[in-house]
Amino acid sequence: MQKSLYLDADKCTGCLQCEMACSYEHEGVFNPVKSSIKVFNFHDEGRFVPYTCTQCDEAWCMTACPVDAITLDAKTGAKVVNASTCVGCKVCTIACPFGTINYNSSTGKVTKCDLCEGDPQCVEACPTGAITYVEADATGFERMKHWAKATDNAGAASGG
Amino acid sequence: MAWTKTILRVNLSEGTVETEPLNMKWAAEYLGQRGLATKYFTESVDPNVDALSPENTMIFATGPLTGTMASTAARYSVICKSPLTGTIACSNSGGYFGAELKSAGYDMIIFEGAAPSPVYLSIENDKVALRPADDIWGMSVWDADEALHKKHHDPALRIAAIGRSAENGCLYAAIVNDLHRAAGRSGVGTVMASKNLKAVAVRGTKGVGNLFDAKRFMKSVAQEKQVLADNAVTGTGLPALGTQVLMNVINEVGALPTRNMSEVQFEGASKISGEAMLEPRESDGKPNLTTNAGCFGCTIACGRISTVDPTHFSVKDKPQYHKNSGGLEYEAAWAVGADTCVDDLDAATYVNFLCNEDGFDPISFGSTVAAAMELYEIGAISAEETGGVALDFGSAEALVWCAEQVAKGTEFGKKLGLGSKRLCEHYGHPDLSMTVKGQEFPAYDPRGIQGMGLGYATSNRGACHLRGYTVSSEILGIPVKTDPLQTEGKAELVKAFQDATAAVDSAGICVFTTFAWGMDNISPQVDAACEGDWSVEKMLEVGERVWNMERDFNIKAGIGADQDTLPKRLLKDAAKVGPATGRVADLSAMLPEYYELRGWNTDGVPTEETRARLNLSV
Repeated sequence: MQKSLYLDADKCTGCLQCEMACSYEHEGVFNPVKSSIKVFNFHDEGRFVPYTCTQCDEAWCMTACPVDAITLDAKTGAKVVNASTCVGCKVCTIACPFGTINYNSSTGKVTKCDLCEGDPQCVEACPTGAITYVEADATGFERMKHWAKATDNAGAASGG
Repeated sequence: MAWTKTILRVNLSEGTVETEPLNMKWAAEYLGQRGLATKYFTESVDPNVDALSPENTMIFATGPLTGTMASTAARYSVICKSPLTGTIACSNSGGYFGAELKSAGYDMIIFEGAAPSPVYLSIENDKVALRPADDIWGMSVWDADEALHKKHHDPALRIAAIGRSAENGCLYAAIVNDLHRAAGRSGVGTVMASKNLKAVAVRGTKGVGNLFDAKRFMKSVAQEKQVLADNAVTGTGLPALGTQVLMNVINEVGALPTRNMSEVQFEGASKISGEAMLEPRESDGKPNLTTNAGCFGCTIACGRISTVDPTHFSVKDKPQYHKNSGGLEYEAAWAVGADTCVDDLDAATYVNFLCNEDGFDPISFGSTVAAAMELYEIGAISAEETGGVALDFGSAEALVWCAEQVAKGTEFGKKLGLGSKRLCEHYGHPDLSMTVKGQEFPAYDPRGIQGMGLGYATSNRGACHLRGYTVSSEILGIPVKTDPLQTEGKAELVKAFQDATAAVDSAGICVFTTFAWGMDNISPQVDAACEGDWSVEKMLEVGERVWNMERDFNIKAGIGADQDTLPKRLLKDAAKVGPATGRVADLSAMLPEYYELRGWNTDGVPTEETRARLNLSV
């Protein structure tokens, strides 16, 4: 069963544990700058919003890459950058509509979320459940359940 | 490892910036942050120096865990001599600044001398420079923060800055980082202003690594994060209500200082409590609290992000204050609320915004306003001096007016900026100042929580709850419940909390973890991160060493046993209501035993034996 990362900004506190977990997994260092998942602080609105690659089926980064350095991990559905093939041309960073593939100046390659081979470390690190790894076909189910309860005036909504 | 092993030495008089290796021999005995920076400080600064002279060094220091994935590893401390107390100052802050400094490659920054004209320190990894700050001098923290972000075209810059209160000589000015986290107490911001240093702007992209045993560290960190999550205080209470979870609890046990500490319960407590922050208000249907927030790496997330009711009198014509910013934590809500008898949550939140915006400690500010209100009540301060504003207890208008005066540095604002001790002396009523060693009290009345009385009297930076939070044991039952009204066993309890806290403050993590963590949860994380032995025993030894080193500095600065005391009001006037009715702070029942347990003579001076045991020089 394929899974997807599901991000719930309502639960995010801006602690950056996810960014540290990601950079540690991929670079062996605690360094938010090197993380493929980012938490944005919209200060005036009081919102912390995590964001990362959603692993598009029709992945424009993969299509755009001139050297086929981005390939599909069939097990997880992740589009993975093969660092030994990547030439650092950054065309993928232009192609991606969401900005979730980025150049890493210390390696000369691009990096993006690779779902940690099916065990995303950001999920493990998140203390509030703002990042979960759920069935790809059911990412909306938690939210549906919330609204199902809210609209069920006969039972659940009254505490049943 | 975990230390970067590199420090920055900035001579502001000469305009020079140099790097040097960290003294690892000292690191092995003092760990980092509070301990290690105080070691550097006391080795080089004359205790009798004028706190606002160039000879007073100021150190920004991270701990070995700062910037790692250990929960709450956000912390840095500012160490210098305090202009408020004349004692050692050591103020601790969270947010993101400390981790960024570490990621830029530095364990600490030592600021010596004073710049001839305003400057700020710019750090981009190895590129470090003092730059002119004439254009941002005179700005609030918030404006300076915005100006520096624009100037550097870098939204990711992390900034610690002082505001106008510091520039105007307010003696309890703070250093504010990330807009609303602060090294808040003892006037460290005032010292920064005396050095003509407006801000430190850091961008660090190196990351923090080189752990001694990374695998063991990650395992320990994951395990201890779970302990925080499973604990009722750190896993539930603090995220939901913040430290404001305490307002109703402390009021109920009759230990909520009220009306300039003349009473121990406040009838309006529930209106300014954490629970009240969740209530939707009439005007826009929104609660005061928008969300909780974590500092860097913090899995507790006690931080409050709040708004003021846009129709409230304090902000209705000021749209710039209608946005979200750092909300009330308990000590601030108590000081500007209960101690002044103001039960207006929006006024308190707005005043808290001003404290962050212009960088002054809400605890000292609120307590000083409470003293001013009492001085006004007895006629010592006249309405002429306040331009007709009636400084009545309970007046939200008066509270708001006072905060605006301190922020702007008006004539009366500068008087309030002197702090409670000097203000009350100025008006000829020193007994009305609720301070120890010149620093204002936090939010726990020692008549109702006896151990705190001993803690306040012996704290190395004057009245303070963060040098040894025996409230944990006496009220919350952590790690074991003790009777808050009894003095027996409190000397030992206070010493244990003081030593453990000094160790925690030297590691880079937040003392709030200790609601759930004992030293046996902390030491494995330090031990895995750092080379050397960091057993529980060693950590506690470091804590005790740090405590005695600070004590030594104060004694040499002329602040010894005669100042290990409390205001007469707390020693003589018994609580009139609540569980502590009839009780005073019974300091004399605890202090001699405390000296003895510390290995100090009857004058409160560490004995030769104690110095030798802790490897402290004279």
